[in-house]
Amino acid sequence: MSTLDLRELHDTEFPVPADMQNNVAITSLSKIYNWSRRSSLWPMLFGLACCAIEMIATAASRYDFSRFGMEVMRGSPRQSDLMIVSGTVTKKMVVPIVRLYNQMPEPKYVMAMGACASGGGPFKEGYNVVSGIDQYVPVDVYVPGCPPTPQALMYGLISLQKKFDGESLANLDDVPWYGVGPSDAVPIPVLGPDIIDPRQAELIRQQAMLAAQGLPFGRRELPAVAVPQPAVAPVEEKPAIAAASTETAEEIDPEKAARLAKREAALARKRAAKAAAEGNEG
Amino acid sequence: MTDQAIMPVPTEALDTQGAIDWLKDKYPEAVQDDTRQGYGGVVVDRSQLTKIAHAIRDDLGYDYLSSATAVDYLGISDHIEMVYHAYRTAGGPPLVFKAQTPRENAEIPSVVSVWPGADFQEREAYDLFGIQFSGHPNLKRILLWEGFDGHPMRKDWQEAYYEEEHKPFESRWPKGWVRRAEELNVFGKNVRYPADLDLSRLTDVSEDSLYKGMGLGVDVQEIVQEGEHIKTDRLIVNMGPHHPSTHGVFRMIAELDGETIEALEPVMGYLHRNHEKIGERNAWLMNIPFTDRLDYISSMGNNMGYVQAVEKLLAQGARYTPPTYRAEVIRVLMVELTRIVNHLWAIGFLLNDLGAFFTPALYAIAEREKVLDFFEATAGSRMMCNYMRFQGVAKDLPERIHSTAVTVNDKVRDYNTMEFLTELINERLPRSIDELDHFLTESEIIKTRAMGVGILPPEMAIAYSAAGPLLRASNVPYDVRRAEPYSIYPELDFDVCVRPNGDVYDRYLIRLDEMRESVRILKQVLQRLEATHGEDIFSGNKAIYMPRVPVGESYGRVENPKGELGFYCVSEGDPKGPQNPWRYHVRAPSFINLTPLGVMCKGHKVADVVVILGSIDIVLGETDR
Amino acid sequence: MNGTGILKGLGVTLKHFIQTYVDDIRYGGRKYLGMENFEVRQGLKAQGAFTVQYPDEKIAVPERFRFVPFLVVNEDDHPDAPGKDWCTSCGICAKVCPPQCIWIVRSEDPVTKRPVPEPEAFFIDIDICMNCGYCAEFCPFDAIKMDHDYELADFDRTGTHIHDKPKLSKPYEYYYNIAPTTAAEEAQARGGWEHPDVIKAKKKSGEPVMEQPWFMLRAEDPEARARAEAERAAKAAAAAESTVSEADIAAERQARRAEALARHRAWAAKKN
Repeated sequence: MSTLDLRELHDTEFPVPADMQNNVAITSLSKIYNWSRRSSLWPMLFGLACCAIEMIATAASRYDFSRFGMEVMRGSPRQSDLMIVSGTVTKKMVVPIVRLYNQMPEPKYVMAMGACASGGGPFKEGYNVVSGIDQYVPVDVYVPGCPPTPQALMYGLISLQKKFDGESLANLDDVPWYGVGPSDAVPIPVLGPDIIDPRQAELIRQQAMLAAQGLPFGRRELPAVAVPQPAVAPVEEKPAIAAASTETAEEIDPEKAARLAKREAALARKRAAKAAAEGNEG
Repeated sequence: MTDQAIMPVPTEALDTQGAIDWLKDKYPEAVQDDTRQGYGGVVVDRSQLTKIAHAIRDDLGYDYLSSATAVDYLGISDHIEMVYHAYRTAGGPPLVFKAQTPRENAEIPSVVSVWPGADFQEREAYDLFGIQFSGHPNLKRILLWEGFDGHPMRKDWQEAYYEEEHKPFESRWPKGWVRRAEELNVFGKNVRYPADLDLSRLTDVSEDSLYKGMGLGVDVQEIVQEGEHIKTDRLIVNMGPHHPSTHGVFRMIAELDGETIEALEPVMGYLHRNHEKIGERNAWLMNIPFTDRLDYISSMGNNMGYVQAVEKLLAQGARYTPPTYRAEVIRVLMVELTRIVNHLWAIGFLLNDLGAFFTPALYAIAEREKVLDFFEATAGSRMMCNYMRFQGVAKDLPERIHSTAVTVNDKVRDYNTMEFLTELINERLPRSIDELDHFLTESEIIKTRAMGVGILPPEMAIAYSAAGPLLRASNVPYDVRRAEPYSIYPELDFDVCVRPNGDVYDRYLIRLDEMRESVRILKQVLQRLEATHGEDIFSGNKAIYMPRVPVGESYGRVENPKGELGFYCVSEGDPKGPQNPWRYHVRAPSFINLTPLGVMCKGHKVADVVVILGSIDIVLGETDR
Repeated sequence: MNGTGILKGLGVTLKHFIQTYVDDIRYGGRKYLGMENFEVRQGLKAQGAFTVQYPDEKIAVPERFRFVPFLVVNEDDHPDAPGKDWCTSCGICAKVCPPQCIWIVRSEDPVTKRPVPEPEAFFIDIDICMNCGYCAEFCPFDAIKMDHDYELADFDRTGTHIHDKPKLSKPYEYYYNIAPTTAAEEAQARGGWEHPDVIKAKKKSGEPVMEQPWFMLRAEDPEARARAEAERAAKAAAAAESTVSEADIAAERQARRAEALARHRAWAAKKN
């Protein structure tokens, strides 16, 4: 593979007959390439929490994911293709995880196994828990469940394999490591007063300055300061599902308030009448 | 004759009330009864704590410190309190004593000199509550990192994504338009960043402090010993948190002299999921599924410990009926099956650590799957069973273990539950335990690697508050099921297993013994299951989802597969207010059993460290909570 | 003698190895084909290896199995109230949920502004859900149940992992199919096969309650069945139109490829 200059193969100068210009050679090459990738997907031997036990159960004889070419679980990130983030990602642990991710060679894939790794899970409200590993490293496939059963995990692994099938060597978006070289390392988070993502450091610094000056901080609407990298703040990109409705829900409808007051008055009258009746009886 | 009649009862034999009276007699100015409603034990003046602790251990014979934890009574009496539960290894109820300190500049003398087992527990209290323990040899954060802002278990501390003090949160109903916590509060508004935040200064602050306790300032130090030819370097080796043999995200820092361990320190907190902080926000019932995720290999045992602790509190109120007999029988059935599952897993992975890579573990997991099938059919989940409730269990055993095909490829199984259980308990499990025994016990490789490695003498095991198989392998016949019996254990016939040597091999053997005892218990449970068929499994009102828990404290403990699992619960709720635990503490065996790890590893080779760790059998969900 | 222990251990592994083939021979070629041996292979009498060939054969999950929750609604051709939610938006599930992953919006009557026993919106964030089953256990109307569908893996979580009401709603027939015994027990406790409020109203007015769940009654009535099937087909067709189909994905892929090709050509042109 390494001796083959793919760019040249893709070049339109390459003598491909007019009726075969639909990348025939590339497509079948892609098929072999994808087949090889999907059939030797080596996961990292890397367990975080409860989900890791189900991952081990999946690797064991009853479910046995070696049937899909994944039997070689590697302890070293240098030898693995897939990082199964199996369990709750804590702020303390995300530092080594990002480091491990950076050490994995391309092509590398990340699976968020279980609710915790996908989005924080039941421990999301905790002070030491990250709301999903995808805030730090790109995730290819999410497997919900708490924990996902071995069969659910295998479904996730097969989904990942299916993802490969759709990819093409001709498309540099699918195989970026041949086009632009190795991907940039993910900046390693720093443990300060809280965890600090270096990509958001400038933003946090501004907030800290605002707080020190006694100004309102922590708001969604940012002060008119040029933020160097707003695109990498992942939380900014995702609008709430029902953002529009929330605004209206928080407003107090004058009509409704009047109605409520009326109702309260009626209830009070009723209560008074009842009390009076009981008093008479007594 | 008459001499005997007037001879005082020896202090080691006094009952709890006698011990308290003795203490009050001897230290009238420093020891008072805890007179708060629903509380017990004594409050000790903190300035004399160490002296009194010595008396409690040496004179009264409470040699085993089970739990030491802190409670923040902000808004109630505005002090922080350390609560100690000390037991006698001969058995019997605990002596509870407390020491109080103001919230500002909280300081309490350390009891590590009396009970070394308090080491990690005091460090945890320092980390989460900010109590300074004067005299503690190595007081630094244990679960969080150095530089973390504040002490999170204090009642006035709030998380970055803080929503409300109590569940259920107001935003869920009736106007529950979904908003994720991180969208509501983008910058973690409760985090206090310094105004002059400088990233370059923050780097590696948390790492530096880890090595301070090792007594080394640099990574490599050359030691030249006189009269020896070989010069050896001392170096520090990190194992974990990503390491295949640390059973999760556990980390050890070892100081090596050549291949030999000179000192070893466990570093944890990589799976610190804030179980206790979340638990104090949860209503009482909501904590049961969270306990599943403590020791996630034996979730049924965790459920049992928690419901027992809360039932002790509930029993102080009116309208409480204890769980029915069948409920207790089913609980014991589940707990003992869990014990077998856990020990199978522990032995399998101990062998992994010994280098028998995966074959014994695969056999063990295959047997485990059979039990999990039963759990899945009964409780609904393979691992996170969430099966027990206050005053009973969630559902009775199903008539049949059967499944329904939904998709095309679904293959269906259908067994009669009692037949399945009978065969499992009478044939399958004994056979597989025997097979494991036959497979491993006499293997010369295992004997060579495990015998005489990681010895923990009995007196040290007690001092370090080791629990469970670790304690019993050190020749201490202490089992909560016998020492402070609960559930239906008093009427069951079984022995407390003991092994004399306290090495890795004995810890392996004791797990085999305990599995055999569990099978013996299960056989008796089977008869009781058949006898109680069709009886009630729940004695309360099924529809109550926010039980009213009377004010008071309780400490419930059970013999979990990994050791003594305790839950310390404090209820301060006013009857009309939110029904939450004021304090919810987990005495985690995996956490406390790690205290003697450094001592056990000293003098052994690097390869033995993983074996010793494997023989303790920790699970990180419980260690870090 | 030194070494006998190891030999004994190796004997055990050899036994396991042979047993696998003994089982293979015992079941002949049917071991991995037939349905009939599955129960034995996965049961307590199994010897040796017993791998489930997952995508080709799956272990059906037991009735009490818990995955993420779903909402029970009436079937679309239900005679009384087609497609009606069983949920009355009482909020107990949201209150009892340990990780607080349920959001409910109670609907109001547009005229009288009084609460209507039907949720306007219902969200479950399955990235928070811990599958504990409390919502199903404490629902007084049997309206929220734990699903058996565990095959939920996804390439993206922002859009798909918050289940809203249309995604959560599943007909009673589905619930009955995944958990017939439990459904029957619950129906007995309710006193009929319908929603508890309906049963109460019917008993009050003296109307007879349904003897069987509606989908069973419908199965006995061929006309209703035909109508239901036609409706289902129409719905399926609508669903096929609205959701992303295989062809759409292929087309998108084609477009992406064309775009990349164009980019590459531009790059090649620049190079030349």
